[in-house]
Amino acid sequence: MDAYSSVVLYIALFFGLYYQIFLLVTFFEKEEEDSEEKEVYEPTVTIVVPCFNEVRTIAKTVTSLLKLNYPKEKLSLIVIDDGSTDGTFAEASKLISLGDIQVLQQENSGKYVALNKGIRLAQSEIVGCLDADSTVHPDTLHKMLPYFLRTKVVAVTPAMKVHEPKTLLQKMQNAEYNIGIFLKKIMGKLDAIHVTPGPFSLFKRSIFEEIGYFKHAHNTEDMEIAFRIQHHRYRIANCPQGYVYTVTPPTFKKLYKQRVRWTYGFLKNVLDYRHMFFNRKYGNIGTLTLPFAVISIILAFLVIGNSLYNFSSSAVESVQRYMVAGISFGWPSFDIFFLNTSSISLLTFIMLCSSLTIILLAWNMVEGKTRITRDIVYFIALYGFIAPFWLAKASWNAVRSKAVSWR
Amino acid sequence: MEITSKKKYIIVFFITAGIFAVAFIVSNYINDRRYEVIKTTADKISIDILSLETQFELFQESSCASLSNPVLSDEINALADRLSYAENQRGINDEDVITLKKYYSLLEIKDYLVMKKVDSRCDVNPISILYFYTNDETCQDCANQGYVLTKLRDDHPLLRIYSFDYDLDLNAIKTLIAINKIPKEELPALVIEGKTYTKFKSIEDIQKIIPALAATSTASTTTGKK
Repeated sequence: MDAYSSVVLYIALFFGLYYQIFLLVTFFEKEEEDSEEKEVYEPTVTIVVPCFNEVRTIAKTVTSLLKLNYPKEKLSLIVIDDGSTDGTFAEASKLISLGDIQVLQQENSGKYVALNKGIRLAQSEIVGCLDADSTVHPDTLHKMLPYFLRTKVVAVTPAMKVHEPKTLLQKMQNAEYNIGIFLKKIMGKLDAIHVTPGPFSLFKRSIFEEIGYFKHAHNTEDMEIAFRIQHHRYRIANCPQGYVYTVTPPTFKKLYKQRVRWTYGFLKNVLDYRHMFFNRKYGNIGTLTLPFAVISIILAFLVIGNSLYNFSSSAVESVQRYMVAGISFGWPSFDIFFLNTSSISLLTFIMLCSSLTIILLAWNMVEGKTRITRDIVYFIALYGFIAPFWLAKASWNAVRSKAVSWR
Repeated sequence: MEITSKKKYIIVFFITAGIFAVAFIVSNYINDRRYEVIKTTADKISIDILSLETQFELFQESSCASLSNPVLSDEINALADRLSYAENQRGINDEDVITLKKYYSLLEIKDYLVMKKVDSRCDVNPISILYFYTNDETCQDCANQGYVLTKLRDDHPLLRIYSFDYDLDLNAIKTLIAINKIPKEELPALVIEGKTYTKFKSIEDIQKIIPALAATSTASTTTGKK
């Protein structure tokens, strides 16, 4: 291994291990403010559901909102059709009689425009948004609202789970989302959440009047609003018990497109809010989340490049060996002497153990079981191989400033 | 109780640095243990060298039948593999690795000389190849020649291949190089039955030089006659 490879790997391992240990230390710290979670807080709430060509799922989404365990007189829904061409508006209109539901239609102008329209119409203290491909657990709203009682909290994010994972990629994402719930809980403790996801994030309505409404924000308006909230030094809490179920891309093509959009949006928003980097004024999001997220993307490229280089060198050597000496048959023998015990191998092993610990802690927290499931195996086996594709494409687009579509 | 942010950053830094330090210490410890294993084998080789010489002295006093075939033992082949691994791990300039390579080279030369004496007295026809290589990048074909010889050794276990690092600072190797007139720029080089062949030689080339290797039976590579 040459000096360049070693240096890259050592840096990647140090950052990776540092980040993981930071997360684990935070997880095991006792939370100061957990008394509010047991309280009941029932302000008026409006949920805005922006939709575009969601004829198949809109009824299910709205029905799940109507089933929320919440006083009916304090809950209203606004469905905004963003110029669908598949009859979503007509389908949504059939639901008006079921509760306090307004169904509106606008020319296709983007999700953030639809969201803003709904928020402006809302009269409630709290507004939430829910993507039309997602459903909520009946207790979610009740569990999320008490977090608003915490000092300076203006937004609360839910725990996102995959709705009925069927394909291999959906099962992989199921593991990813469960790990995400665990990580979001930690990020919430650190006040370092950088995205308020479309599926059922709640906001104090007054915050929009103070810091402005949703923006186009490179098709990741849910990320930009979180950056803006953090920029104004308000807090975003996370409710790990507030489950929201979302439909995830079943195929690689759809997943790739979604993740290119997310990563591209992240990189562009990071550029827009670069003043927060390593700025202690913004707390852990400035000194931990953002720098480590960007560093991890850069290091991912270096490690991938390094792995490809090593793999190709090894392949060239094997071809060369085959060309001059043909194939040798025989069973490979094992000798403990040849076990790789270099410091890089040991550190990689420690890092893998640490990653596995995080995965198992996440599983225990979300599923109540500490065991390696099939979904975890899919995640470990696949994610590292497919994520570089969208990381590379999104980075390339970001460098060229090429916009991506939200659908 | 939540640790204040700055304090936590520092604590985590020290934990991470501590883990790195432990990994380095453990790795070095295991490497040292590995070196000890090689050293022990090398010490055993020293005894083997003496044993070979003694065996030959005894042999001169007795019949050819009583001579056990002084084939390079599995241990020595294993040492070659371990040395090669240590060379990859610790680098070709590591002093310990160089010392062990010298031990190994001396044993090879000794085995080669003993086998020549055995051949002259007992009419044994061992097939042996002296192989000279360099780790310099100037020798593009040294790796390829290594693959060819490894393949031949795998196919013909009784074939004796003695490999020597041209750049190893060992007078015995320098003498071998001088006797066989091998210029560095002509590497890789093979010496077969006293004749020097420079530059890369394929399996077919070597089989033409040593027709016995073309035979499928591995047992035919060394024949003992009395």
